[in-house]
Amino acid sequence: MALLSLADAIGEHVRDGQTLALEGFTHLIPFAAGHEIIRQGRRGLHLVRMTPDLVYDQMIGAGCARALTFSWGGNPGVGSLHRLRDAVENGWPQPLALREHSHAGMAAAYTAGASNLPFGMLRGYDGTDLARVNDAVRHVSCPYTGESLATVPALRPDVTILHAQQADREGNVLLRGIVGAQKEAALAARKLLVTVEEVGEKLAAPMNAIVLPHWLVTAIARVPGGAWPSYAQGYYARDNAFYLAWDEIARDRTAFTRWIEQHVRGTADHAAFLRSFPAAAPAVAS
Amino acid sequence: MSDKRPWTPDEMMTVAAARLLWDGCVCFVGIGLPSAAANLARLTHAPGIVLIYESGTIGTRPSVLPLSIGDGELAETATAVVPLPEIFAYWLQGGRVDVGFLGAAQIDRFANLNSTVIGDYARPKTRLPGAGGAPEIATHAKQTFVLLKQSPRSFVPKLDFRTSVGFLDGHGSRARSGAPGKGPQVVISDYGLLKPEPGSDELRLVARFEGVSVDAARKASGWPLKLADTVEVVAAPGDEELRVLRDLHERTRLAHSRPAPLPV
Repeated sequence: MALLSLADAIGEHVRDGQTLALEGFTHLIPFAAGHEIIRQGRRGLHLVRMTPDLVYDQMIGAGCARALTFSWGGNPGVGSLHRLRDAVENGWPQPLALREHSHAGMAAAYTAGASNLPFGMLRGYDGTDLARVNDAVRHVSCPYTGESLATVPALRPDVTILHAQQADREGNVLLRGIVGAQKEAALAARKLLVTVEEVGEKLAAPMNAIVLPHWLVTAIARVPGGAWPSYAQGYYARDNAFYLAWDEIARDRTAFTRWIEQHVRGTADHAAFLRSFPAAAPAVAS
Repeated sequence: MSDKRPWTPDEMMTVAAARLLWDGCVCFVGIGLPSAAANLARLTHAPGIVLIYESGTIGTRPSVLPLSIGDGELAETATAVVPLPEIFAYWLQGGRVDVGFLGAAQIDRFANLNSTVIGDYARPKTRLPGAGGAPEIATHAKQTFVLLKQSPRSFVPKLDFRTSVGFLDGHGSRARSGAPGKGPQVVISDYGLLKPEPGSDELRLVARFEGVSVDAARKASGWPLKLADTVEVVAAPGDEELRVLRDLHERTRLAHSRPAPLPV
């Protein structure tokens, strides 16, 4: 484990064309890391995530991605991801190839990757068109009963990037709250980068907490507020007003591009990104 | 629909859906009207209802409706918060969910659902968010309730994409497929309630809301909608139901419009 700046962590470990998973199920979404990937101009990425939300909308609109593996692509509780839609419907700024799953299928695929199995298995997809448009969804028959079960190939990202509440000096990482499939995505990846709210002497982790041990972690960067506008349980709340405001920003290519230029490409790092919003009303700034 | 009724179609749908839930029922909830209905039931006649959101929160009791499926409030008020692969494998596929709530963009006469694309998959007219948890909720919940506003664009003869399975081609084909759950038992639209006809599994209108005619309901369907022998009338929302629901929405509106302080 190396304690790096976020710019160095992305600069050293994220390459054009890689398969990346920035996981987080509405909580602990690694926004700061996604923005740094945009700043450094990475291209041709295959993005993987169960619920691509605003950070993937931003990365897709900024031209970082060529493909997306996912199971639900919307702005939760608000509506569409307009940049994702524009890429799929109109090929702007470039076409986006989709590999589409259900949540249960994708969870099984990460679990298989983490377990070093070739595929995950579930009772799912039956009778749906998902299996028709995604040829990675196949079937095996149970050797004991003959039942037909759906299979999905293991997900093995080149790099998984997570945001977490805490790390200690050794580099052990603690996640708490809604933890999604982060542990599985971490264990399935070849490299694991983690941004954290704080680095302390010792983790105050309950015995059965989700702790990623330091020898699993490639690099850690301390990035306070690194999940905003999503949230970090115990640190700050989800900025639902920003998620509502994003709908209008992302609807329009010009407004979106202006937002990315001003707040992401026009800022040196995440601290400057946060400072680029008037503190009283971050959601209405554009 | 000309509307002089003292409640909105959304309120009627929410109240009608809430009444279908019982105390102690284990309910897998989605965002939007299902979440409002499940919490209305919890705050009125079903205080012991167990709400599971797919983010892994089990037995949650939020004071405001979540905007996203994983708002912090859901975790803070839950009995347990479990990882996502667990929610789908152990809790849903494990057969522990009584009722799954589903919405969609399109439904067909056998209650199969589309939430993926309008138009051709490769060149969609409208790309929708996609499946999420729906396909496996539709398969594994002991039964599902579907909430969907009725129009010829949403009640279609043929789906553009089958995201989740209802009764497949009807006439017992779901039962023969081996799907563990019984499938959609009620569809709640803004015109009334539809249920599968025994034998054919085809949806038919069994009850209409006050102020809505059977004719209007049939016109708002893209296929010739079957009617039950007697189409009942659903009781209008009661004062208490409306008060609790409106309070819940007002608390939610205030909470979501408040910008969260920047984390610096």
